[in-house]
Amino acid sequence: MKIALPVNNKSDDTDICVSFGRTPYLMIYDTQTKQSHFFDNAAADSPGGAGIKTAQFVADQGVEAVLTPRCGENSAQVLKAAGVKLYKTTGDSAAGEIEKFAAGGLAELNDIHPGFHGHGGR
Amino acid sequence: MRIAVLSGKGGTGKTLVSVNLAAAAKAAFYIDCDVEEPNGHLFFKPENVREKEVTVAIPVVDEHQCNGCRRCVDFCRFNALAFVGGKVSVFEDICHSCGGCALVCPVNAISEKQRVVGMVRRGESGGVGVLGGIMNPGEASGMPLIKQLMRDSFASPGYLTFIDCPPGSGCLVMESIRDADYCVMVAEPTTFGASNLQSVYELVKLFGFPHGVVLNKCLDGENPSEQFCLDNGIEILGKIPFDKILGKITSEGQIAVRESEAYARLFGALLQTIIRDVRHETTVNPQRKRRYG
Repeated sequence: MKIALPVNNKSDDTDICVSFGRTPYLMIYDTQTKQSHFFDNAAADSPGGAGIKTAQFVADQGVEAVLTPRCGENSAQVLKAAGVKLYKTTGDSAAGEIEKFAAGGLAELNDIHPGFHGHGGR
Repeated sequence: MRIAVLSGKGGTGKTLVSVNLAAAAKAAFYIDCDVEEPNGHLFFKPENVREKEVTVAIPVVDEHQCNGCRRCVDFCRFNALAFVGGKVSVFEDICHSCGGCALVCPVNAISEKQRVVGMVRRGESGGVGVLGGIMNPGEASGMPLIKQLMRDSFASPGYLTFIDCPPGSGCLVMESIRDADYCVMVAEPTTFGASNLQSVYELVKLFGFPHGVVLNKCLDGENPSEQFCLDNGIEILGKIPFDKILGKITSEGQIAVRESEAYARLFGALLQTIIRDVRHETTVNPQRKRRYG
């Protein structure tokens, strides 16, 4: 199963990015092969609709779960339509959160925020 | 003759100046382009008001026609479309109604529907045609309303037209001043006021509009906005005092030139100064390219 995380760096010891739609990079991790791949997020600096485009990319990669500290309503709508599940991260380290997820230690993300829509906010 | 009144922030006196100039002109148009929080109508209390809905086009995708090629999704630079679960999702709030998705669709699966985003209204008050609009709650942009107001205002050309701009120097202001012959910037006598004046001054200069400044809320002593005008060689068209009588008239929703001889003279003189400047400009620079006119 492939899982995706918004991350700040393209390395296995990266932190998780607080923004899903405007994350600079996406880490896609395969729980079977234990391999991770990093992608530039083409939507990071789009003028609008960043979450939609990021979610589209994640869905197109065949990802089944996203681990993120938060997610806006537009991204969530795309991910839901694609059958991608959302899990809420509780720490900063990508590797640590993947471990927790594998052990069944992450809850589903239900508090979808209405989006920042050009107003950033961290 | 189209005169836009703008300022770097809200509460500086755009509505005070544009309403009173239009009332002083007697036969004129007043357009309230602050479609987020319109207030010019509170002063004019227009009669015979006619309202008209403003709509934007939103794509509708026929799922049976769609072949899943995703050209529309790739084309949309606003990211208003997604293709998941075998179909196209449209995010209406993000769509800018450019119509590009329908053009690039190879199987003509995309048609358009109209979505109401607000309304424009038009009435009359003592010889002044009063135009304005208001967005529906929750809408992201007032742009379609301002475009509609601009088109409507050119239906009766030749009139003196005063455009009460939204605050700031963003997209909505640019659209409001687009076809102006002259820009009047209103400024407060504070350091913050001078900083806001600078932001609109840069905008007006960038687009090459003839312009001048009205100093509002003037008190004795230091006026950073006046200093800014002097330092940059900007014409000061007039000064409005920080006056209790004017404050009282305005707070009661009355128009100063209709209530007070003194203010009828003040705004009458201001109007003559502006008209003289515009005539001078149209002689010097006769052909401005218009978008709506």
